[in-house]
Amino acid sequence: MLPWLILLAPLVSAALIALITGRARRLSASISVVAVLVSFICSCIVFAKSEIAGTEIPWIEFQGILRVPIGFVLDSLSRTMLVLVSGVGALIHIYSPGYMRDDPGKSRYFAALSLFMFSMLGIVLANNFVMMFIFWELVGLCSYLLIGHWFERDSAADAANKAFITNRIGDFGFMLGILMVWAATGSVIFDDIIPQTWRITSNPTFLTICVLLIFCGAVGKSAQFPLHVWLPDAMEGPTPISALIHAATMVAAGVYMLVRVGFLVQASPVALGVIAWIGTVTAVMAALIATQQDDIKRILAYSTLSQLGYMIMAVGLASDEAAMFHLFTHAFFKALLFLGAGSVLVALHHEQNIWKMGGQGRNLFLTFVTFGIGMLALIGCPPFAGFFSKDAILSLAYNRNPAIFGVALFTAFLTAFYMMRLFVVVFFGKPRSPAAKTSRESPTSMLVPLAVLALLSLFGGFHFFASHFLTLPHEREAAAFIPGIALVAMLLGAAGAIILYRRRIEDPLSINLLRHKFYFDELYRVLINATQGFLARVSGFIDRWIIDATIVRGSSGATWSFGALLRLMQVGNLQAYAFIFGLGIIWIIYFVLFR
Amino acid sequence: MLLLLVTFTPIVAAILIMIGLPARLTAMAASVLTLLISAIIFLRFNATSGFQFVVTFPISPELGLNFALGVDGLSLLMILLGAIVLVAAVCVTGEIEHHENAFYACLLLIAGGAIGAFASLNLFFFYAFHELALIPTFLLIGIWGTGNRRAAAWKVTIYLALGSIILLVGLIMLYRAVPVSARSLDLRMLHAGQIPASLQSNIYLVLLIGFGILISLVPFHTWAPEAYASAPAPAAMLHAGVLKKFGLYGLLRLALPLLPDGARQWSGILLVLLLANIIYIGLVTIAQRRLDWMLGYSSVMHMGYIFLGIASANILGTTGAAILMFAHGLSIALLFGITGEIRKRVPSLDFDAMGGLAKAMPLAAFAFGLGAFAAIGLPGFANFAAEIMVVFGAFQNGFDYQHFHVFQWATLLALWGVVISAVYMLRAYRRTFFGSSAKSELVITDIRSGFRVPIALLVSVSLLLGFFPQIAVNRLMPTFRNYFSATQ
Repeated sequence: MLPWLILLAPLVSAALIALITGRARRLSASISVVAVLVSFICSCIVFAKSEIAGTEIPWIEFQGILRVPIGFVLDSLSRTMLVLVSGVGALIHIYSPGYMRDDPGKSRYFAALSLFMFSMLGIVLANNFVMMFIFWELVGLCSYLLIGHWFERDSAADAANKAFITNRIGDFGFMLGILMVWAATGSVIFDDIIPQTWRITSNPTFLTICVLLIFCGAVGKSAQFPLHVWLPDAMEGPTPISALIHAATMVAAGVYMLVRVGFLVQASPVALGVIAWIGTVTAVMAALIATQQDDIKRILAYSTLSQLGYMIMAVGLASDEAAMFHLFTHAFFKALLFLGAGSVLVALHHEQNIWKMGGQGRNLFLTFVTFGIGMLALIGCPPFAGFFSKDAILSLAYNRNPAIFGVALFTAFLTAFYMMRLFVVVFFGKPRSPAAKTSRESPTSMLVPLAVLALLSLFGGFHFFASHFLTLPHEREAAAFIPGIALVAMLLGAAGAIILYRRRIEDPLSINLLRHKFYFDELYRVLINATQGFLARVSGFIDRWIIDATIVRGSSGATWSFGALLRLMQVGNLQAYAFIFGLGIIWIIYFVLFR
Repeated sequence: MLLLLVTFTPIVAAILIMIGLPARLTAMAASVLTLLISAIIFLRFNATSGFQFVVTFPISPELGLNFALGVDGLSLLMILLGAIVLVAAVCVTGEIEHHENAFYACLLLIAGGAIGAFASLNLFFFYAFHELALIPTFLLIGIWGTGNRRAAAWKVTIYLALGSIILLVGLIMLYRAVPVSARSLDLRMLHAGQIPASLQSNIYLVLLIGFGILISLVPFHTWAPEAYASAPAPAAMLHAGVLKKFGLYGLLRLALPLLPDGARQWSGILLVLLLANIIYIGLVTIAQRRLDWMLGYSSVMHMGYIFLGIASANILGTTGAAILMFAHGLSIALLFGITGEIRKRVPSLDFDAMGGLAKAMPLAAFAFGLGAFAAIGLPGFANFAAEIMVVFGAFQNGFDYQHFHVFQWATLLALWGVVISAVYMLRAYRRTFFGSSAKSELVITDIRSGFRVPIALLVSVSLLLGFFPQIAVNRLMPTFRNYFSATQ
């Protein structure tokens, strides 16, 4: 019963808001907050009581062919994710009314937010591939709705479409992978597949293709190279959304999914290699781009990409524990950073360019402190949460693949660099715009979630805390100097950024390749135009001028001369024609039957 | 008795309207009554056995000609669809400038004819009811249509008449292929195995072309977008939503169980054509620059998925196809209904001339969004559940570990079609409703709040089946299990 409550409370809230309380904006917000709190409390109970078991009801059932239930898996992995998702979700729900104070679409916002909670919790609870796919698509819908919240803005509307369509490309592979697993094992339910895994693993090529196709889903949802382009644009949505969906939870769903189906993923060394390198490339590429962005949210978005790259890298290096550990700590400090950025944005009337900020450390002291904690956690400064989880991944990489370790270390350096750049430019120096001079701290409802997340970013990585939630990774043979090296890389990056950006009023560096994000958008535009656009134009032409104009009209012209009967009936009156036509049919039938 | 009522309520109402009863009121009452009765039939239907609610009036026993109605799971779903879309279509009908009574009579006749065709257990009436429904479609386009309505009406008339005649030839061939002793027009008397395998191939081909024209199977599809772009919204809803399903229903009802060998022989060709429906038409849809044409093409495209279910010829695929017929009917009706309202308010449905309508028409934007996401197979709507069954059914055919065979490749392409449909549908949604409004001086009002009724009806049924597809699966199972236990 309790798991159903976790899942359905947000759905009920979404339905209530959409159908009834749309006009009452404050009531809508309250309903949504209450629903997520219900989910959170139930999640905590489920987490604490290990005797609560999963249940299921049938969704589609063809005896002996296909069985798709809506069923819950409740193991330590999903219990932890439940608490994490509903907990961070609850904080962001509490933060949201302050941020969306004067927005006319507040009810729509909260309806979509509740729908998102429902969908995300569904992914976590899913005990089979198809159910996971269902909620997988639904979080995509919520992401679409919330990115496009300010739909009058062309940029927001375009970003929403881009996110949904890019995700669909990933889901194309995901679905195909699901079909292959089902065709081979006869089931889509994880627990039923596990004993049948040998049917897949006995054929290595088949296994590799299966895993890589399933990985496609994660590439789309977790915005990995080459489908990463949607996530930075997704920052068009309200900032709490960026924190919840596009940083802490939804984008991590790809990692969670790979861990959930680890029994397949971990069986294919070839696929693991691909996964590890995709993660590595994403991590370093995004970090490089982040060093040259000027929009506070976009910098954070690229940092999310980069950190997701770390997690995928860990999955590829065959350590689900390290991936989940980083997912866990990242959810806290990245949500904190986004909410902190949101607090800055509210104070500055939604000016997002960091070069128009400056000196906010004094005006927004609490935001400054909490943001600082989030930043230190992200760049892996001990003893903050990110230090432990990033160290786990670096040690792992050092043991398994030195090349990846090198890139990961470089990425750690870059991370420190771009985050310190952001921090220095936004919070230090002199205010560089009128709004920045007069900025005032945000309301308490927004600061409380910041404080809670700051605490979690502080303690989240310690063994005494995290070990309640996760199996912590431990690389026994890991050299003791790894944390030292990581620390040096971090200090170098941070110091570099401080030296370079202290007291600057504009960016002293200008690297076009990075400013233009390696020209991915431009490249894809050309590619899409050359393939889909071209094919669409050709097909349109063929359909209009060849099939329709030539063949159909041509042969209909021939038909006119074909039958004298038809010609006689061409009296020009549609009703008469229709009548004669009906008579003719009856006549033909009569003729055929009675001759 | 209930079946007689559900079939003849719309037809009798049409006659009464022509005699002089108040058009809108009568149509509304009749359509609601039809829906109520079909809902009762749906609820009282026993999900374990074959044809039910059978009524028979013998006409000519020696020919096997009788007027017989009955429902199994397949016809049950289709009748319910017809009744739902009829209510929605009558609800969205606004002011009709001339011949209001004839307009409503035509609507009722389309629905009555379609329902009659779905309920008929006799080949003759199966065909005749469809003709009865086709004629008012032509009239609705020709008389009350928009744009180049005369050309569109002629084209669709000639095209569909041609399809009907080919279909008639096919039906006669089917009838004559059965050995004389077993010949009957009664569907219940026709069984798999009566028709020699050698004859099946030709009959199947003729039926496929005949039905295919009615369903807008590539390359016989060009009538559809033009007709739907010109047709008044209620007519487009009823034709694209219900009547077009007649062809698919025919394939499922006749071609698949009676001509299994023929179906097997032509399955390669059918796969090519249906993939053309999905991929090629999908690309054509992307190239469209007007909302109404885009929708028309998208409805052609989605026929490809239903064909895929039929082509896979197993219980998963055909069940999926049947549910998809139902689901597509609901979503396309919703989309055409809203588009008709937009057409009344903006000077042009060109994407370049539109934009930002969501601000002025929030309810329309909400409803169109629901329809659009249902149409592109978002989970939660019936379309998704059906598509899942279709792709699983298709992928299963001839699967082995070593290679992808035709059905696996076809499934792969069909899945890519899901991406294509997201591209054109979201692009159209964005160009119509989002962004800055193109014509700010135009004062646009939202759709009437009365529209909530048809929207809620169409959406809630789709959601219900999307959440609980087993409701439909259980009812369809006996029919299709018979098909495949008999042929194997």
